[in-house]
Amino acid sequence: MSTYSVSDASAAAGQAAAGVSPGWLEKLRSGGYGAGLATGAAWLAFGASCLYWEDLGDWSRTNGVAIGAFLIAALALLGTLGADFLGGAGVALRRRAPWLVALGSFLTLWEIATAKFGWLPLPFFPPPQAIVEVYTDDLPKLFNSVIASVKLQLGGYIIGAAIGFLTGVSIGWSQKVGYWVHPVLRFIGPLPATAWLPFAFFTFPSSWSASTFLIALATGFPVTVLTWSGVASVPNAYYDVARTLGAKPSFLVLKVAIPAALPHVFVGLFMGLGSSFAVLVVAEMIGVKAGLGWYLQWAQGWAAYANMYAALIVMSLLCSGAITVLFKTRDRLLVWQKGVVKW
Amino acid sequence: MVAAALAEAITYPAVGAELDIEHVSHAFDIDGAVLPVLEDVSLAIKPGEFVALLGPSGCGKSTLLRLVAGLEKPRSGVLREDDIRINGPHPSRVVVFQDPTLFPWRSVWDNVALGLEAQGILKSQRQRVDTAIDLVGLSAFRKAYPHQLSGGMAQRVALARALVNDPKVLILDEPLGKLDSLTRITMQAEIVSLWQRKGFTTLLVTHDAEEALFLANRVIVLSDRPARVKADVKVDRPYPRHRGDPYLADLRRQILGLLGLDATW
Ligand SMILES: Nc1ncnc2c1ncn2[C@@H]1O[C@H](COP(=O)(O)OP(=O)(O)OP(=O)(O)O)[C@@H](O)[C@H]1O
Ligand SMILES: [Mg+2]
Repeated sequence: MSTYSVSDASAAAGQAAAGVSPGWLEKLRSGGYGAGLATGAAWLAFGASCLYWEDLGDWSRTNGVAIGAFLIAALALLGTLGADFLGGAGVALRRRAPWLVALGSFLTLWEIATAKFGWLPLPFFPPPQAIVEVYTDDLPKLFNSVIASVKLQLGGYIIGAAIGFLTGVSIGWSQKVGYWVHPVLRFIGPLPATAWLPFAFFTFPSSWSASTFLIALATGFPVTVLTWSGVASVPNAYYDVARTLGAKPSFLVLKVAIPAALPHVFVGLFMGLGSSFAVLVVAEMIGVKAGLGWYLQWAQGWAAYANMYAALIVMSLLCSGAITVLFKTRDRLLVWQKGVVKW
Repeated sequence: MVAAALAEAITYPAVGAELDIEHVSHAFDIDGAVLPVLEDVSLAIKPGEFVALLGPSGCGKSTLLRLVAGLEKPRSGVLREDDIRINGPHPSRVVVFQDPTLFPWRSVWDNVALGLEAQGILKSQRQRVDTAIDLVGLSAFRKAYPHQLSGGMAQRVALARALVNDPKVLILDEPLGKLDSLTRITMQAEIVSLWQRKGFTTLLVTHDAEEALFLANRVIVLSDRPARVKADVKVDRPYPRHRGDPYLADLRRQILGLLGLDATW
């Protein structure tokens, strides 16, 4: 079982006491259900705040949001009582309970401050139901934007990462290649990829290929540099060992240099991901008339602030999802060395 | 018992190679200055001989081993294996380095399999890997990664990684230095029995005169840097040897004297 949070510890204490009297009763007394009950209360408050006061504006999803909040509250309460029977899901729920409390409280405050009393200026700070409305009513457009962004990002990132990796290995391995590529890298690399925007958009046949190029560029530079430094920092002793055991140069590259450099490569991939997101959004705002960047731009142009927040939330979920995938891949590939970069 | 299993699994009868080290000198450049490390070292080592190199720290023992392994070329002089000039590393001469230098991204099994994999014969010879791991007593750690091993265990993996290749020349650079005294004694006995059975030529660097005398046919005492051959001591004693043997104790006193230690031991 996990040993990371305080709520786990209190849960364990509750379980220890369970032998004496019914577990749930004991836990209720000892406060072991505190976080779960607070979660329920916070989300109940959110739902109630939606219904209790009149909306200042004309939003169609207020009741729906309230029902959703009550549902979450009910699930939280059920989950709290049943956490012991839910196994891994129960443990995960318990660990996240404090966050669920915070989220519910935040939404309640937000609801009151926007839709109900207008403490925050209205068009700029839409209430939760306005954002939910975007997700229900503007879903196709948002969905198409997501698809467009993911396609563009994935294509550019994979091309950039592959080229960067190959370049990095080559210059790390061969001094001749290094002689020629290194100065070019020094000269071009530090330039922000967005600086190439004007060039890319009139040189490439389509704005899509131009954006792919820019994303690949933004990804390629950190991946190249880190792969290179990874390969260059492989201890000579590794090569000595492999050579005395009969390794040929191809073996030294594929089975010694690259695996040894992999932790560095992943740092490069991580950095490349960050900078390529930035390029993606800018490219979509300026050139490509599709994708989340463009959606943001469009929403801002029409003063559709709820759409803007909705797109921002989706975007941050996508970016953090991409990084999570990258780190999961890394942890799987580098079981021998966990936690180079924390996420 | 494991030793017998190894003998069965490795079916290639390896015969030790002859080594000739002729007037070898070597030096390193450190910050523009030349640091002479080996000075006119000559040694003729017969096939299957067990030679121990003893010398003060930093005198050039590891350097000599690197030259024999073919990892470096001497500034002058020639090294030959079976009358063929040594120009580079070859799997017939396997080194166990002073540091185990296991590949951290490979499990114990994969580390031991390294040589067979590099030579492209792993597929048909997998059982050799298992036998070598058994031999060093790490069967329970096949799947472990190097960071999960103790220093002594890592050194044993390095030994298995060398032995699995069935070398003609086994080059050992203080391979037992990091082991606890109990494992050390066991491993010494294992090395002797393995060497007797396989017949490979062995070149062992050690700091420990007693270890050298327990294991080797011949003990070469090297001078301080730059290393020269100071003495070539024959250890004419049958195996298995006994640590309390007065003959060995006598030789030991002699050798320690050569190394500049008073014979008060
Ligand atoms: N690659 C190198 N570049 C420069 N100098 C080196 C290099 N390798 C070894 N030396 C120098 O050569 C000398 C001999 O080193 P070597 O490693 O052969 O010593 P050693 O006899 O094995 O010592 P120890 O018993 O402590 O392992 C040392 O003074 C060391 O500084
Ligand atoms: Mg040494």
